[in-house]
Amino acid sequence: MRLIYIARKNLLAKPLQTALSTILLAFGVGMVSLMMLSEKQIKDQFERNIKDIDLVLGAKGSPLQLILANVYHIDAPTGNIDLEAAEEVIKHPYVEDGIPLAYGDNYMGYRIVGTEHSYPEHYSAELSEGQMWSETFEVTVGAVVAKKLDLNLGDTFYSAHGLTDGTDVHDNVDFKVVGILKPTSSVIDHLLLTNIESIWGVHGDHSDELKGKEITAVLLKKRNPMAVLTLPNLLKDTNMQVALPAIEINRLNNQFGIGTKALSAIALLIMALSFASIFISVFENMQSRKYELALMRTMGGSPSTLFKLILLEGGLLSIGGVVLGLIISRTGLFTLATLVADKFKYDISEMSLLPSEIALVCCATFVGLLAAIIPAVKTLRMDISETLSNE
Amino acid sequence: MIATSDLTFCYTGSDLLTFPNVNCKAGGQLLILGDSGSGKTTLLHLICGLLKPLSGKVEIAGVQVSDLDGVALDKFRGENIGIVFQQAHFVQSLTVSENLALPALMTKSGESSEDLCERTRGLLKRLRLEHKADSLPNELSVGEQQRASIARALIHKPKVVFADEPTSALDDKSTEAVISLLEEETRLAGACLIIVTHDQRLKSRYADKVELKYLAL
Repeated sequence: MRLIYIARKNLLAKPLQTALSTILLAFGVGMVSLMMLSEKQIKDQFERNIKDIDLVLGAKGSPLQLILANVYHIDAPTGNIDLEAAEEVIKHPYVEDGIPLAYGDNYMGYRIVGTEHSYPEHYSAELSEGQMWSETFEVTVGAVVAKKLDLNLGDTFYSAHGLTDGTDVHDNVDFKVVGILKPTSSVIDHLLLTNIESIWGVHGDHSDELKGKEITAVLLKKRNPMAVLTLPNLLKDTNMQVALPAIEINRLNNQFGIGTKALSAIALLIMALSFASIFISVFENMQSRKYELALMRTMGGSPSTLFKLILLEGGLLSIGGVVLGLIISRTGLFTLATLVADKFKYDISEMSLLPSEIALVCCATFVGLLAAIIPAVKTLRMDISETLSNE
Repeated sequence: MIATSDLTFCYTGSDLLTFPNVNCKAGGQLLILGDSGSGKTTLLHLICGLLKPLSGKVEIAGVQVSDLDGVALDKFRGENIGIVFQQAHFVQSLTVSENLALPALMTKSGESSEDLCERTRGLLKRLRLEHKADSLPNELSVGEQQRASIARALIHKPKVVFADEPTSALDDKSTEAVISLLEEETRLAGACLIIVTHDQRLKSRYADKVELKYLAL
């Protein structure tokens, strides 16, 4: 039999008190860790999708919307731009490369994007089967789309007008699946890719949409840092603009930040409460077991042995709470990931322990122990003779 | 085995207490008799080293207990002394046999758990408690609790067993049973037995006795 066994038995002898302390701490730790995790994951995801896209060229409007629509495919696009005018910009000496995007249709809620092969190449997407599109109306499908819609090579489908629903179906042409991509953990997984001509082709009967040679946006890679300063000036008198993904996402993060800060404050409050509860729990336990502790002293237990015993009880409580908290945050994140993957096309499923979480675990365990120290010190000072006589 | 000389003690704000000398040879039996408030428990605590005497000496098994300090004192007490308290107290969250394993854990005796198990089983059997080995203390009847606390006082083979008011709440028949049991078990263990009580029924039973009076000066 060991000291830690007695500590455990003592805690289990008061299941309700123990459960309360553990659950409180678990929720505090769980909330803080969930926040850390989701913040990190969302940031990673946003950054992975930006990957070397320095600027986005598109129609004038909200720059944030331009980024959200064309880099992340979350928002609606700001409008269309003239292909020839866009090509002028791509050819600008400050610009190294540009990937054109044209879209306006969906299949079962997933966007059909007309682009060039450089787009999947940019995200290092590889084929899992079939090939990249080459003819008009051939599509290569992102991994998540293929899985969710159960699309296979050779399948054909009609696209629907708009980006979200299937009420206005283009039944004049059908698309054919010629390739399926491997998962990339980027936005590509959630898209159906084809060439730009296919998008124009579908809209042959819509004279008001994408008429002439129009596209939606171009993802630009700069050759010269001056591009960031020069291009906006150049586009002043056109219907086009460029936006910087890094800056817009930063802005967005700052907006979100207020919410996460409030949540963090609440989580820290819960943690503080849980430490108070651990303190009360260990203290009460110690008070009501004073005689037992004195008894152990008569059996030869030294004050330091009892000190360890009380500290162990606090330690077990806090470790239990912390572990449960981490489980809660993982479960929460998993639930969130499933929800978010459908709505926002992001897949947050990495479950690794963050460095900041390790700090959180150490901190919480340490403070838990600290909460047990006052009762533990009281046992050091206990007068055995008096305790035994007063019962 | 036990020898005290000229023990005095003083509680803060109270009068000085002086105690008669207590002597008991190895395997002997001694009664310390005194009314409530005569300082019985104080004397017991002084001999066990739970209290430090103001002056005087306590010697147990050739060791000057009154000179020991801290961990050494705790260890000496744990290894050599067993106490049966007036009311049976246990660590409530542990079973009876786990409670019996406590002295070994507390003194870090290093005894193998098989040996300890064997001894625990034997002792519980003699005290008719073997069916209660895995019960929690509060599941035992009062009589069983008292027998269990006798078992705990003897489990670590002490040289001295103190019994503090073991009979004060018992009727004549139970008193006889408990005292017989204590005498028999300590004799078997080769320990000396010191009973501290105000119970006059025990007076005639022992030749060796120390009577405490109101000794405050």
